[in-house]
Amino acid sequence: MQLSELHARSQHADRAFRVLAVVAATTVLVVLALITVTMSKRAWPVLEHMGLDFFTSSRWSAPEGIYGALPFIFGTLFTATIALALAVPVSLGVALFITQVAPPWLKKPMVYLLDLLAVVPSVVFGLWGVLVLSQHFGLGRSFLTAGIILAVMITPIITSLSREVIETTPQTDKEAALALGATRWEMIGASVLPHSKGGLVGAVMLGLGRALGETIAAALVIGSALGQITLDPYASGNSMPAVIANEFGESDGMHKSALIALAVTLFVITIIVNLVATAIVQRSMRRSRGT
Amino acid sequence: MQNLLMNKPCWLIASLAVVGFTGGISAGCKKKPDDGGGSTPGSGTATGGATAPSGGPVTLNASGATFQQAAQEVTIEAFTKANKHIKVNYGAGGSGKGRQDFADQVVDFACSDAPYKEADVGKVKGGEFFYIPNVLGAITVSYNAGVDKLQLSPETIAKIFQREIKTWNDPAIAADNPGAKLPATGIVVARRSDGSGTTENFTKFLEGAAPTAWKLKSGSTVEWPVDTQAGNGNGGVAQIVKSTPGAIGYVDLSDAKASQLKYAAVKNPAGKYVEPTAASVTAAGDGIEVKDNLVFTALNAKGDAAYPITAQSWCMTYAKQADKAKGEAIKAYFKFMLTDAQALLPEIDFAPIPKSLQERALAQVDKIQTP
Repeated sequence: MQLSELHARSQHADRAFRVLAVVAATTVLVVLALITVTMSKRAWPVLEHMGLDFFTSSRWSAPEGIYGALPFIFGTLFTATIALALAVPVSLGVALFITQVAPPWLKKPMVYLLDLLAVVPSVVFGLWGVLVLSQHFGLGRSFLTAGIILAVMITPIITSLSREVIETTPQTDKEAALALGATRWEMIGASVLPHSKGGLVGAVMLGLGRALGETIAAALVIGSALGQITLDPYASGNSMPAVIANEFGESDGMHKSALIALAVTLFVITIIVNLVATAIVQRSMRRSRGT
Repeated sequence: MQNLLMNKPCWLIASLAVVGFTGGISAGCKKKPDDGGGSTPGSGTATGGATAPSGGPVTLNASGATFQQAAQEVTIEAFTKANKHIKVNYGAGGSGKGRQDFADQVVDFACSDAPYKEADVGKVKGGEFFYIPNVLGAITVSYNAGVDKLQLSPETIAKIFQREIKTWNDPAIAADNPGAKLPATGIVVARRSDGSGTTENFTKFLEGAAPTAWKLKSGSTVEWPVDTQAGNGNGGVAQIVKSTPGAIGYVDLSDAKASQLKYAAVKNPAGKYVEPTAASVTAAGDGIEVKDNLVFTALNAKGDAAYPITAQSWCMTYAKQADKAKGEAIKAYFKFMLTDAQALLPEIDFAPIPKSLQERALAQVDKIQTP
């Protein structure tokens, strides 16, 4: 109904904009589809060769043609969990500090600094992890070291997005809470957090996405142990992106197919994580609307 | 995917265009070696050196083994000094990448520590090609323990790297070192985190010399025990060995020397413990059997003086060159690499190939056809 009205009124600029927008939107979808198709096609031989064992076996031996990705899937999720556990409280704390507590003269420099941290190349964090965390602090190359590095890397992103979301809380909401006698903490709990819940989950998910896919920093500090599935954070392990980065250059045949299958697995896990996040956001929004 | 990892002009295009278009990208880049730089008559002032076959500037693009990166660098420097119109770019992205790039016709020549597998030869798009062996080098078993001279047999090395021998004063190590005082410290095994031709040659050596003790087979990456330390590149392993008391790892000779590591004398098939030196590596080259296509392995070579963990490397180029100027340049470069450049190798801790092999390689280069 509205569309047809718009259509009737549309002029050259509107038509051009429409074409541009449609082209942009389809390009993204086409690229995504092409990636999925080419990667899946190349991953197929190993899935045929290993069957479901690819996801459940914990042995990875290229010379013997055995490719079980379970330890790497575990390593990816484990390090990302450590990273989130460390980064989320800090990020939310910093975001709340900047928006609600910090004096104006401190606010600007802190925002600049955080945005700067968000663009530091991951290899710099990785080298810092090798030299300082694993050698100086004696953490070795382990799940924990990788988790800490990932936490440091995603904190600025989560903080910066959370800050922007929190800033959108209407002043009237906050003033209403304060007018009812709420302390600053009660005001944050009653108006800021419920208002920004969806955006905060989104911020955390973007951070998680980066943690899952981080390659170089993880490859440098995770220890590259094969077949390790343990909850001991001091143990060496491996993650999917790190294995791909380490082994792709010298791989051929089935081995290369196995590495591409790892990439597809990572892709699927990322999609699942995003779907879950979207569901959480929608549920919390529905609940806060009271329907 | 491979195109994304190339350090070439098309790398840029590829990275901009995102993974999905790989097919199109590689098609666009494949032409590069043929139409790029080479045949532009009249575009340059002929600064021709003595061996200049034609006046115009020529660029040769190559990729391959990191093992012979240093060898290629000194060769290129000396060669281009004498042939100012020829430019050679060597991208050390690994043997596997070199073989892939060469098969895809993305490069003019490629160098690799291992020949193609039988099944992959047919995938080389440029047709018939030659293996030109050009360098030998030692892989050391470097260690950081309170022993000045360490001797190791292949069985002992196999057991150490499989974490079956865990202390330095283990009876097996003592048996290899009669009379030596061995410390009671634990052994830390350092190995590569990245896929590598060095790992492939080291594990092939163990597979050949200690077939019953070595169970991990051979390859660019093997299933290392979980409690081993991983380092990136020869340099990364050398760094772990240097900084960890009790550590042992396999490192190529030039990196071991650069990090001032101590390395073991390894027992060869003749039963002698031999230290890795330029002389013992060339000695290994004398005791090898070479096939007609110049494919061979220098591991576990015969001869009393031969160092058993000696690795070899080849450069590969097409038997029929498509471009005259490039073909001539490749022939000139390969000839230089097999003659004058051989003398430069010991300085960087590599060894020249033996005389008999050199003659056969030169004969092969003569067979390269140009239009």
